[in-house]
Amino acid sequence: MGGTVSANHDGANLLEVRGLTKIFGTLTACNHIDLNIARGEIHALLGENGAGKSTLVKMLFGSLEPNAGEIFWDGMPVKITSPGVAKKLGIGMVFQHFSLFEALTAAENIALSLNDGSPISTIAAKARALSFSYGLPLDPESLVGDLSVGERQRIEIIRCLLQTPQLIILDEPTSVLTPQEADKLFETLERLRSEGKSILYISHRLEEVKRICDHATVLRHGKVVGHCNPRQETAASLARMMVGSEVKAVVRAPAEGIDTAPALLEIRGLTRKPATPFAIPLKNINLAVRAGEVIGIAGVAGNGQGEFFESVSGEVLQQDAGSVRIRGKDAGGLSITGRRLMGAAFVPEERLGHGAAPRMKLSENLLLSRHATDGKAFVGSGGMVKNGAVYSAAQRIITAMDVRKSAPDPEAAALSGGNLQKFIVGRELDRKPSVMVVNQPTWGVDAGAAAHIRQALIELARSGSAVLVISQDLDELFELSDAIAVMHNGELSTPLPIAEATFEKVGLLMGGAEPGHAEHSLEVA
Amino acid sequence: MRIELIKRPQRSALFSVLSPFIAFVLTMIAGAVLFALLGVNPFSAFEIYFVEPVSQVWQLHELAIKAAPLILIAVGLSVCYRANIWNIGAEGQFIFGAIFGSIIPVLFPGFEGPLVLPLMLLLAMFGGALYASIPALLKTRFSTNEILTSLMLVYVAQLFLDWMVRGPWRDPQSHGFPQTIQFGDSAVLPELMPDAGRANWGFVFALVAAVLVWLMMSRMLKGFEVRVLGSSPRAGRFAGFGFSRMVFFAFLLSGALAGLAGISEVSGAIGQLQPVISPGYGFTAIIVAFLGRLNPLGIVAAGLVLALTYLGGEAVQSALGISDKVARVFQGMLLFFVLGCDTLIHYRIRLVGLALTKPNGAADLEAAPKLEEAR
Repeated sequence: MGGTVSANHDGANLLEVRGLTKIFGTLTACNHIDLNIARGEIHALLGENGAGKSTLVKMLFGSLEPNAGEIFWDGMPVKITSPGVAKKLGIGMVFQHFSLFEALTAAENIALSLNDGSPISTIAAKARALSFSYGLPLDPESLVGDLSVGERQRIEIIRCLLQTPQLIILDEPTSVLTPQEADKLFETLERLRSEGKSILYISHRLEEVKRICDHATVLRHGKVVGHCNPRQETAASLARMMVGSEVKAVVRAPAEGIDTAPALLEIRGLTRKPATPFAIPLKNINLAVRAGEVIGIAGVAGNGQGEFFESVSGEVLQQDAGSVRIRGKDAGGLSITGRRLMGAAFVPEERLGHGAAPRMKLSENLLLSRHATDGKAFVGSGGMVKNGAVYSAAQRIITAMDVRKSAPDPEAAALSGGNLQKFIVGRELDRKPSVMVVNQPTWGVDAGAAAHIRQALIELARSGSAVLVISQDLDELFELSDAIAVMHNGELSTPLPIAEATFEKVGLLMGGAEPGHAEHSLEVA
Repeated sequence: MRIELIKRPQRSALFSVLSPFIAFVLTMIAGAVLFALLGVNPFSAFEIYFVEPVSQVWQLHELAIKAAPLILIAVGLSVCYRANIWNIGAEGQFIFGAIFGSIIPVLFPGFEGPLVLPLMLLLAMFGGALYASIPALLKTRFSTNEILTSLMLVYVAQLFLDWMVRGPWRDPQSHGFPQTIQFGDSAVLPELMPDAGRANWGFVFALVAAVLVWLMMSRMLKGFEVRVLGSSPRAGRFAGFGFSRMVFFAFLLSGALAGLAGISEVSGAIGQLQPVISPGYGFTAIIVAFLGRLNPLGIVAAGLVLALTYLGGEAVQSALGISDKVARVFQGMLLFFVLGCDTLIHYRIRLVGLALTKPNGAADLEAAPKLEEAR
């Protein structure tokens, strides 16, 4: 039976997907997707957020069941009904968000997923051998909690390789790496390709796709809009294919007179003990953000950015009231509401569940961060909410930020990530805050929306506000910032003026080259 | 073959409203089967259970008497549960409200006048709130689990009441009966329509509380705070709402309402304190809160339905000789079907049969690994 079927198909392809379709309610997430992956190629899957990349990959890895379509593995029609089946076929996956137990060692984590009963020591030995042969140095005995994000990703990759897959799916693998770590990863991928393994590489970073991928399949709104050879395309032409129209470049007007402008946000010797065993302590952080400028904070995820954001926003209070100052006044002892009333605004990293309540309407989510600052406009006598005023303000933000939605006032969870982020950023911009602190402004946001958000942040700064942007996306920081500081292991480097900053320099700092605190403390004093 | 629950992208507004009624019909059908198995004609049994107890005006008054404490308590609990705070101890707060509210009529029986009743009500709300503040304090200070502490305090309250009416507060003329003196006239909650039936102002309190709490939850910033902190605590912290403050607010509010229910029952329906003053209103109110879908107006309807199951249980016991435990069975079935209907509003059931979804000639779950092994 298998023979006759495979005769109908080109045997050179390891994986062929024909007309794969997935429908969620009224949304067609994947619409008749065709995809061929040859043996020994790195195949890019390109697309904006919400284009259907994750849905497609989940169907290939057996976490979602397609509504229609066929998958051929090695010429054989197969049904991938669970990740277990995918693994048995020879499909391995490295997820964007790792699934590792921090309290266990690398080897123990690997053993858990292999689940074949072999002793830890055997697994550790195998992992060690594999890690050396692929140039992915890793100590299997180390606790995951002590490892950097790049090292954790190596565990995931080695865990995947130990199952000797023919096809490896990597979901946005460089989003958590320094440029230098990414280079290392590319070497490993090229090595795997030379061994005849196939790689499906999901990314929205066009330069790296051009650099390492042999073929690309571009998705837009759940449909394949093109197959191409990325090496023959320009980053601009790939972006056009992904977005469907020209992406407006962000314009950063030169900042003038910043040196003499007052510092609206000052962090002085901010120190915080770790709240949980795996949290990062903050060590003597100093920073001043002046009126009119955008300062970027780069760093690999998990180096204290989350802890820093909580401390600055006032979700966690400081013992020393002077360690956070807003518009020249001590704010360290004030709650987030108190800091907002001083003119500060905050956008956290997590959209659903932190920046917005998922099951609440957009208008209610507007009230979430502005019930105190706009108390007069939104809350009437006796604590009654003025629903009409809140609703019309929400509609104003929706129009200003071009938020696309299916209902006049939908629940936050019903919006795509990009559109919800536009609303959350717009909610704060609408107040014209004099200090704006944003963590990951465009994480998982499509190119068009990202450009919109970045432009809006620059314009806010140029109109006289202080803007602090924490991001893992270096491209973004170079586009936005007037100066870039790097956070590594709870310490913050001196900001590098954008004219002096290069990927190389920032990358080294992200890897922990030198925090440069001595210089900085002089500057502040 | 397996059964999957798949989240619906959109919830039907129509069926959200219909859900409790569908559940009620299903309960009726299941109840009919139950009666038939017991050898009773289901139709006549239903008549005795659900129709006869409310066929005369005085019986409607009895219904209101039973429903009032259930509604009052459940309205307060709904605020707790919306905030994701699990106050299971309303029965104890009910009892403490009754004890505090009885201070004036028991210790100062000579004090009479129009001020007595309002003072009693205020004291009762204070007592219920005070008793509810214990689990709130323990939770915010020591992170204790409020389910355990509030529940265990119920038994403390029950035994405390028992000791009070046998000891310090016992009526010296009671011939040894464990009870306080009868409340004076100005300490008795007046009946609404004395000519028609016994229903007292407690039912009005319940309706007013339901409307006020509904207003708060749907229109006021405080209600918004409750809903945000209950549904996504981290977003609540981002909004600047304090969780500890919310724990106290929810416990104090629900404690005060339970206390009000307690004094209304004692001063209106019973007329004195005795060792047992509640047939488990504080616990049944938990069912009422969920049957009413944590919506104060829904709770009014749910309170009436559960009050009817109590009355119906008594009716079938006297008329048909069936145990009044059948009331518990009906309450349980109702809760079961409402939760079931609610689940099906949010999810749909899909039967995944491997044989059904297999396209022609495709290898299925079992075959795929075998192909791999054969190579």
